[in-house]
Amino acid sequence: MTEKITAKDINEQDKALLSDLQDALANCMKCGNCMEVCPVYKEVGKEAAVARGKLSLMEGVLKGSIPLSAAFDAAMSKCVSCKACTAKCPCGVPADELILRGRQAAVKARGLHPIKKKVFALLKNRHLFDFSLRMAGIFGPLSFKKIPGKMAALARFPMPGMDYKRVTAPFASTPLRSQYPEVIKVDRPTMRVGFFTGCTINYIYTDVGQSVINVLKENNIEVTMPSMQHCCGTPVYMSGDVDSAKILAKHNIETFDSYNFDYIVSACGSCTEAFRIEFPHLFHDDPKMSAMTEKLAKKTYEISEFLIDVVKIDKTKLGPVNATVTMHDPCHMARGIKVTKQPREVLKSIPGLHFVEMKAPDRCCGSGGSFSLGNYELSRKINDKKIADIASTNADTVVTSCGTCRMHLTDGLFQNNMNQDALHVIQVLDRSYKAGHQK
Amino acid sequence: MEKHHINALKEIVGEENVLTSAEDLYCYSYDATPGHAHMPDAVVSPANTAETSKILKLANENHIPVYTRGSGTNLSAGCVPTKGGIVLLMTRLNKILEVDLENLVAVAEPGVIVADLNKEIASLGLIYPPDPGTVATATLGGTVAENAGGLRGLKYGVSKHYVMGLEVVLANGDIMNTGGKNVKDVSGYDMTKLFTGSEGTLCVITKIISKLVPAPEAKKAMMAIFKDLDNAGKAVSAIIAAKIIPATLEIMDNATIRTVEDYAKVGLPLDAEAVLLIEVDGNPIVVEKEAEKVMEALKANHADLVQIAKDDAERDKLWAARRAALPALAKLRPTTYVEDATVPRNKVPDFLREVSSIAKKHNVTIGTFGHAGDGNMHPTIVCDIRIPEEMERVYQAMDEMFKAAIALGGTLSGEHGIGLGKLPWMEQQHGLVTMNAMRSIKRALDPNLILNPGKLVGEC
Repeated sequence: MTEKITAKDINEQDKALLSDLQDALANCMKCGNCMEVCPVYKEVGKEAAVARGKLSLMEGVLKGSIPLSAAFDAAMSKCVSCKACTAKCPCGVPADELILRGRQAAVKARGLHPIKKKVFALLKNRHLFDFSLRMAGIFGPLSFKKIPGKMAALARFPMPGMDYKRVTAPFASTPLRSQYPEVIKVDRPTMRVGFFTGCTINYIYTDVGQSVINVLKENNIEVTMPSMQHCCGTPVYMSGDVDSAKILAKHNIETFDSYNFDYIVSACGSCTEAFRIEFPHLFHDDPKMSAMTEKLAKKTYEISEFLIDVVKIDKTKLGPVNATVTMHDPCHMARGIKVTKQPREVLKSIPGLHFVEMKAPDRCCGSGGSFSLGNYELSRKINDKKIADIASTNADTVVTSCGTCRMHLTDGLFQNNMNQDALHVIQVLDRSYKAGHQK
Repeated sequence: MEKHHINALKEIVGEENVLTSAEDLYCYSYDATPGHAHMPDAVVSPANTAETSKILKLANENHIPVYTRGSGTNLSAGCVPTKGGIVLLMTRLNKILEVDLENLVAVAEPGVIVADLNKEIASLGLIYPPDPGTVATATLGGTVAENAGGLRGLKYGVSKHYVMGLEVVLANGDIMNTGGKNVKDVSGYDMTKLFTGSEGTLCVITKIISKLVPAPEAKKAMMAIFKDLDNAGKAVSAIIAAKIIPATLEIMDNATIRTVEDYAKVGLPLDAEAVLLIEVDGNPIVVEKEAEKVMEALKANHADLVQIAKDDAERDKLWAARRAALPALAKLRPTTYVEDATVPRNKVPDFLREVSSIAKKHNVTIGTFGHAGDGNMHPTIVCDIRIPEEMERVYQAMDEMFKAAIALGGTLSGEHGIGLGKLPWMEQQHGLVTMNAMRSIKRALDPNLILNPGKLVGEC
């Protein structure tokens, strides 16, 4: 990482990569409105941390005013991809996507961060990935210390890319998809859905997956978890490694297309966004893949959205859950697929449940998917604000719809000596169905 | 700047508060004004007045230019480091030091975000009225230095009407206090007013004593659509003549109406020549009466359609069109110049007509919206700065536009400031005698010309 790479070098490597960016970047009028909403800028306080600065840096590289240096790379990586800048921008500049293009340029030029490189190489090999994470589940207790009563664990040894005091969740001893047959039958199914589990639910938060299956079964829906499914690719895509993201996307598209499901559900905003927005984007210039991708995109739903908008669940079957609950909207739910009403409707349907809205529920929790791997201290600072907002609601439970948000919230609650539960929305609904049976 | 200067700066503020990498410097080469950018040599972020003083002393002794910067949202190239040197980033001085309820005064550091100050005092039933469009991002120091205004300017005025006192650091590093908490204060030259709006050319502001006012208890918004621009102008005059000072009295011209309608579909007729948005605020009983009188004035002056908001939701609906004005225009083309040429309020229709004919003459897209009640117009030029031929036409149109404002007895800036953007017309507005007086003040307070050199009064 010593020599400086110029715009000329990049353009020689890949002319198409940066040239069409110029128009998009020119649309930024540098008004600075993004500063109001950027969680990273709020902590760092430097222009290079906010969208306006990042887009300027990209312009600078394209003009040849500054080199595509390691510092450029570092600036691009300091973004949680929360899309708040894009939502705020008066000129409609898709800053979040442009920053990804900046990362892409950096990846092309100087390769990935060494830790991410290792993880992504593993990701691309489905069998090895599956094997490693199963092993992690089996041997995990050796390296992680479980925190009593929670889906939470502390590392016993220093781990690559992991802060030693960070609380994560233990890997499951048996992944979700190994706990069930591929097709989970119900009597007289009303529809057949494919469940895209995503990695966090399959290997870590199997409790969420179980709840999804229970809830779908309660509604007479046949659930299939295609055994060949693989990571949606969002973490890879967000890091600028588009080639790897395409490999993963193509694999998933072909796998799910082969089943001809009525619907595809996922219990994660980012996974849903991948199927609905990222995949069509990745293959927009490939006619054959594009048709298949668009078809799948139309049938893909996030679980709360699916239950409210498509299934229209029978709320009379729900039993009481006595809890005070507040909700964190993951960025990819709020600004990615724009699903915020349905999870609230799920919660408000539950008898006995007292729902309290926190201040700015859609402000990023600082997890940013794999962002927190490389920027733990910064992600903690962003998270502390979220934890303070949770504390001020006096809720005993915080729910969300994303695995990495849940993990980061759990860590934040632990670091701030709080004992609230952090759960997925669907787990609370599952409890309510169970309570309904005991009525 | 030499290496030992950078080291000396690091000694003053700490290593991590001096940025010198090409990437960081590039990020401070611009502000929100198109067409002006230059790299500084260092970005220095002091923590307090004492550090600011030391930085200025060092800069003054070594003739290093200093450009004070807050959030960099200004629209006049006011904080672009055109001659290299130090960008003095004031965002770390971000504490509200005191809210004095007995005197209705706040004391705050310059890095406080204006909206944060308002959030802090809202529960006390108070407001700090200057509310520029970037209020959620802009710093108090920056708005005071630029004498920023906002939508409520007609009734509440601009920044200078609220600044009661300042702590500033002069070019040589001396720390100076002006004004204070006295409502009446006629002791000596009004240095507070001089520094407010001095755009970083006379001093660096390190503390602001500002007046707070009671928050209005009630608000009522109305919108009127006019097929004829003159009728809109007459309506504005009639409202004022009826001795009503609305908090907000906004106008949009036909170009803006069409753009807004195309973008936001708020239901504006495309052939309307003007839309007025009026909001009265204050005591609920008075607000009702004033709203009635405004409605009468609108109808008497042949408004083609008048709407009044019954509740907050309807108020938001009426405001939607005005709020969409800038985004809608900005989305048309890559480059957006938001100008703020201002004319006496009875000349608003004349000015709008002038701008529209200048736009046609030079084949340039200009939408004008702004504060009709105080004559502060925002002719917004959208173009593409990468096309030199188009920019030639844009600059010509801009030139004629500012000359037109001056000819109508207007001013170059109602709230954005002069910076570099409007420097070329300063002498036309003020004349040589005034410019020389301003330059004498600049030279007296900053003999080495280190503070924001070349801006506001030009080269000295």
